[in-house]
Amino acid sequence: MSSQAHEHQPLGGRVLTLPFLICAALVAVAGVILFQRYTQGLAAASNLNDGYPWGIWVAIDVVIGSAFGCAGYVIALLCYILNRGEYHPLVRPAVLASLFGYGLAGLAVLVDLGRYWNFYHMMLPWYAQPNSVMLEVGLCVATYTLVLVVEFAPAFLERFGIEGLRAKLNRVLWVFIALGVLLPTMHQSSLGTMMVIVGHKLSPLWQSQMLPVFFLLTAILMGFAIVVWESVMASLNFRRPMETPVLSKLAGLMLVVASLFVVLRFVDLIVRGQIGQIFGGPQSGWFVAEMALMISGLALLIPKANRNRSRALFLSASLLLAAGILYRLNVYLIGFTPAVGPWHYFPSVKEIMVTVGVFALEIALYLLFVKKLPVMHAVHPEHG
Amino acid sequence: MSKSMMSKNKTSVSRRGFLRNAVKGSAAAAAAACTTVVAAPPEANALQRPPKPLPPDAVGLLYDSTLCIGCKACVTACKEVNHMPPDVGPAQQGWNAGGGDKPIYDSPVELSARTLNVIKAYSHGTGATKDAAENGFAFIKRQCLHCADPSCVSVCPVSAMTKDAKTGIVNHDPSACIGCRYCVLSCPFGVPKYDYNDAFGEIKKCQLCKQQLAKNELPGCADVCPTGATLFGRTEDLKAEAKRRTALKVGEHTHYPRGDIAGKVGGPRSGHEKLVEAAYQTHIYGEKELGGTQCLAVSAVPFDKLNLPTNVPENGYPTLSEGIQHTLYAGMIAPATVFAGLAYLAHRNTKNHTDE
Repeated sequence: MSSQAHEHQPLGGRVLTLPFLICAALVAVAGVILFQRYTQGLAAASNLNDGYPWGIWVAIDVVIGSAFGCAGYVIALLCYILNRGEYHPLVRPAVLASLFGYGLAGLAVLVDLGRYWNFYHMMLPWYAQPNSVMLEVGLCVATYTLVLVVEFAPAFLERFGIEGLRAKLNRVLWVFIALGVLLPTMHQSSLGTMMVIVGHKLSPLWQSQMLPVFFLLTAILMGFAIVVWESVMASLNFRRPMETPVLSKLAGLMLVVASLFVVLRFVDLIVRGQIGQIFGGPQSGWFVAEMALMISGLALLIPKANRNRSRALFLSASLLLAAGILYRLNVYLIGFTPAVGPWHYFPSVKEIMVTVGVFALEIALYLLFVKKLPVMHAVHPEHG
Repeated sequence: MSKSMMSKNKTSVSRRGFLRNAVKGSAAAAAAACTTVVAAPPEANALQRPPKPLPPDAVGLLYDSTLCIGCKACVTACKEVNHMPPDVGPAQQGWNAGGGDKPIYDSPVELSARTLNVIKAYSHGTGATKDAAENGFAFIKRQCLHCADPSCVSVCPVSAMTKDAKTGIVNHDPSACIGCRYCVLSCPFGVPKYDYNDAFGEIKKCQLCKQQLAKNELPGCADVCPTGATLFGRTEDLKAEAKRRTALKVGEHTHYPRGDIAGKVGGPRSGHEKLVEAAYQTHIYGEKELGGTQCLAVSAVPFDKLNLPTNVPENGYPTLSEGIQHTLYAGMIAPATVFAGLAYLAHRNTKNHTDE
């Protein structure tokens, strides 16, 4: 047992660093805006309207934020389901990132809900409307957040020396690991299905019954990309050795998923007879931007040597993350045109500051946790 | 780390081969499924669930744009009957802005959380001729169409939007609603609205004055319409009337009823005789759009000019979105099977790992 306890170590160091304080200040700004939102209504803090009832609080905080939270999903899938032990050092930081990604997506939902005091109706069977894709997403996300808490619990228990409970939890952890792979598969694909029902209001560049497949693929891709991205950032900022050998394997997987996405995207457009839309149809520039990011990100990974260069890895992960972000933004906001217009939407400064605050809270909590809890793999000279 | 590396090395070749094949096999199956899904033509889609039929006694409204004189009596009556607040644009405040809290002039231009029913106008060129697309003008009445297969009901996670099994009226219950505004987003006709200026805002939409119908009284709009441009009735009867009108020729003498087409709700009313002045479009709006709607419209000006969505499928969007969900989650068999497989692998593989 004692050798295990040394596998992960808190990073230690000062908590009140400049980045932490900046994040805390941004969270405070968001708090002030949210006071206005809760006392005067959604219009006091946002440009949401009846043409665009969903703005960046849904598209970015929830739909994109939860994709950021897919790190834990893909690493658990690799490590425990496909039994690739070499990814083990990445598990805890990934699960922690997921916990915050999902926890704060849940928080963002409460910011956006117009009648938030009724939110618990989602969990009461007598209110349930089983045809609603949103009900499935909501229940899945709520359950998954609890699963992430359990998956992360060993770090807490280890830190506070509660070995008995930790051993017991370890014996049943496989149930939670299985759930932790099943639930994101379900709700990440359903985030795509959610936009099928808006029909003609979503540009044919994105409207497709393949939406669930594309959302699952971007979830996996963004999960991989965030692991690589976060790992390089952690190495630079905490002056740890690069985990390049493990990351280069992840890079190979990113290449496969991104290529599959691009190929399926074009096949889908051709089969639906909408391929002409990419040449100057409305919003085609956004499609081109999305594809350019995706293709340049994956092209960087085609030479095998690049997969061992941390700079190329970082750039590629950044491009692929941006591609996934833009794809999801296109589906939820940019490609959407209200039924009976004209309506306009661009997020207000206050609205943007709330989103910034949500992500700042995520970063602040992450910094706090990796310093105080055994999250990061201990650095030994023999595995640099 | 070293232990987990060892466990990986101990993993037998046959097991890894099995796993690799399993992954390849499932990837191939997924690819095949994707191809089938994509290749299905949009009309006859294997994933779509059957469309929902209208209840036999479904009720609705027939709006005849050629009869509408744009008096907006229906807008006022709707506000009164449903106790809705006035909707006042900045240009319609009193000239001295001295009206205190009470705005003096209700002047909605679009459906909103304050306005369940509105008359909008189309105009072109000189705007001289009524019911002409060129150099003319025309009116359109906007309110909930009460779909046969409503998207708002399909998307609502907490059953706040419901469709009455008998009348087919789409109702909203604010006490159940969580305010997610998925109904606002999904409605193909842009009907449900939320109040963004209220800390405790509600979703608002026309409920066909169900409280009036319960008293055997007409919906506010149909009750006050002076020309019978808004007519209440069973949707089947209204559809027959719409077909009769669209078959009329210019200059023909015909009878237009008022109130309830069957003369029952709100008591019998006299209709009026009139010459047909503008050629009806053959298109009856709501007959086929997205699985059909209980409220219908006829007009002499094409409906796309009246700002209504016209290039829409004949099946409601829920047929596809629910079809996808029901296929993936039929009896929860697929998720349960996947879970069993994942649990088996996770159970076996965590034993090999040193930690967690």
